[in-house]
Amino acid sequence: MKYYRTHVLVCVDPECLAKGAHEVMDSLQDELVAQGLINEVQVLETSRIGSCHIGPEIMVYPEGVHYVGLSTDDIPYLVEEHFLKGRVAKKFLEPEVEAKDEELSAPTSKEVRVVLRNCGKIDPENIEDYIAEDGYEALAKVLTSMAPEQVINEVLASGLRGRGGAGFPAGKKWQFARAPKADQKFIICNADEGDPGAFMNRRVLEGDPHAVIEGMIIAAYAIGANHGYIYCRAEYPVAVKMLNIAIKQARAYGMLGENILGSGFSFDLEVRMGAGAFVCGEETALMASIEGKRGEPRPRPPFPAISGLWGKPTNVNNVETYANVAQIILKGAAWYASMGTEKSKGTKTFALAGDVNHTGLIEVPLGINMREVIYDVAQGIKDGKKLKAVQIGGPMGGCLPEAFLDRPIDYESLAAAGTIMGSGGLVVMDEDTCMVDIARFFMEFIQDESCGKCTPCRVGTRRMLEILQRICNGDGRDGDIETLEMLCKYIKTTSLCGLGQGAPNPVESTLKHFRHEYEAHIYEKRCPAKVCRGLIRYEIVDACTGCTVCARNCPVGAISGERRKQHVIDVNTCIRCGICMQVCNFNAIEVH
Amino acid sequence: MLNMLENVPKTDPLAFPEQKAVIDRILEENRDLPGSVMVILNELQSNIGFISPTMQAYVSKQMHVPLQQIHGVVSFYSFFTTQSRGKHTVKFCMGTACYVGGAQQLIEKAKQVLGVDPGQTTKDGMATVEVCRCVGACSQAPVVVVDEDLHGRVRPTKLPQILRKAQQ
Repeated sequence: MKYYRTHVLVCVDPECLAKGAHEVMDSLQDELVAQGLINEVQVLETSRIGSCHIGPEIMVYPEGVHYVGLSTDDIPYLVEEHFLKGRVAKKFLEPEVEAKDEELSAPTSKEVRVVLRNCGKIDPENIEDYIAEDGYEALAKVLTSMAPEQVINEVLASGLRGRGGAGFPAGKKWQFARAPKADQKFIICNADEGDPGAFMNRRVLEGDPHAVIEGMIIAAYAIGANHGYIYCRAEYPVAVKMLNIAIKQARAYGMLGENILGSGFSFDLEVRMGAGAFVCGEETALMASIEGKRGEPRPRPPFPAISGLWGKPTNVNNVETYANVAQIILKGAAWYASMGTEKSKGTKTFALAGDVNHTGLIEVPLGINMREVIYDVAQGIKDGKKLKAVQIGGPMGGCLPEAFLDRPIDYESLAAAGTIMGSGGLVVMDEDTCMVDIARFFMEFIQDESCGKCTPCRVGTRRMLEILQRICNGDGRDGDIETLEMLCKYIKTTSLCGLGQGAPNPVESTLKHFRHEYEAHIYEKRCPAKVCRGLIRYEIVDACTGCTVCARNCPVGAISGERRKQHVIDVNTCIRCGICMQVCNFNAIEVH
Repeated sequence: MLNMLENVPKTDPLAFPEQKAVIDRILEENRDLPGSVMVILNELQSNIGFISPTMQAYVSKQMHVPLQQIHGVVSFYSFFTTQSRGKHTVKFCMGTACYVGGAQQLIEKAKQVLGVDPGQTTKDGMATVEVCRCVGACSQAPVVVVDEDLHGRVRPTKLPQILRKAQQ
């Protein structure tokens, strides 16, 4: 075997080839021969090195230098500089990528930022930054010039509804909690944002914790509470850290503790952490968890406003609800109510994820339609594909087909369409998504997170999951759809808490809007989106160049073949994970 | 269960004076907090790494809370573990966005690289593989979290490089 001092890898994936990778390679060889270096430098082909959008690109080892955007004209200079003189040719280095916020970019024209107004703009670790943005001004106004009833009326008039999902009017909730006489009352902020696909609350807690704290203090004043808890999920360590810093600073500035701003009103706050139980987002389960117990929900009534944490009247709202409060007090209920629809006022944050060009956080006025969100704000579907469904409302929400894109997004319209607003996760799915598989995914999640206290949810979701798994494996039977529909109905009507009552939603909505996919799985043994493993197989076609990338990446060694010859997949060993298709640079793997 | 504290296993954290001191400190600091059990267990989990049956018995005795209640809480929440884990943890996010983005394929690839299924620890005790529910980084799906570091938009081909950190 021959030894070389340097190896040059040239990317020959289709994108780079199209930009002339082979020409660059040939000219590199020629130049190395001309300079008498060909015995020291080896030139090899390789698959994708970097992003390829500024190809052709090469990698030089052992230095590990990555050159991009080369043309044949550049080669003599490059060879002289790098291979002869040993200097890095800076002008071909990959340009440094400008740091950008992947979650929260500048607002688009359709957006209105109320809750997210300070996120990414102020330093969350410095209370003075928040104060400079009118922070704690609302609190001062409330404590010096408003009676608790006035505060509640203002929130009522604004039309603010609970942003945790159910959409109960926040002002009503406060009214209920204000009514009972008690020596102690509690305020709780539900920061247990467990819905997969949702991260708006995390961003608010991390980027603008004082807005949530200020909202909570105002709520405490309105209902007459003197202690509060923020229940944050353990998956958000940064949020917990920011909250603790913010609480400490708020105390130091006299916004928390005894005699706030000299008004005689006292209130203090602490953060409690969850431990990875989804059901703790349900308010009664959340309170059980704060009390140090298993996070199991209990029947209501009594509602928390009458008997909540440790049996005391308690008001529970979510992060986004509290974050709206200070702005409503400052700018007035009429301003807030001017946004949104008749019954759903204000703005709502959404976490956009899935197959759209622009993922991340957005905040839009309620009543906007889904088409505007997906095609204007999120800039459309990735890779020019077709939209299949929008999943809204988390695991207790539902999937909406394209026909619903022109309906407004508000609490009532979504409920009519068979889903819920939820906390605001929006996962957009393109035509390559199998709706039966998605229903199975959500049922698996819910079945796993069911606390087990009540039978319909514990046993019912498991039965549903078993049926869905069978359908996805290609063993669906006649009658499965009807059994699923029956189970949906029973679980919905007899479960104890929101988790069980919402559990059938993903199945119900997909059955309603994508019934044909279920039928294709059961009666034709076919997965239209080519996802369900029991119903598909992978095949390597003529386009294969024998680059061995697929064989090297196959987790079970099911692909064989000689270098530079077409490879073959052993159907019996193949587990249909699809990794080969994803890594293939020549589109030589097809799924049937 | 009652005499568990008389025969503390040699490998239990309670058998090591340093770790016992940490446990005692956590108990002392949070003893009077309302709803202290959750806080104490959360602290134990993050400081010691797991909550062994003996530790549960110890907490029960010190806090005057029935052992079954402590065990009930420990077994309810997925963050609490009763066995020691690998030096590193590799978490695969299984939120909706990550699932749609191909998390399943990453888990299969990890199985090939590390030789273990989710929930297991590698033979050399280096890495524990876990599947978790939504870490809230959906705009970067699919996501893999190695110890504290979050890796976004992970492709199966890039995974071995990411996992290398968890193998040493």
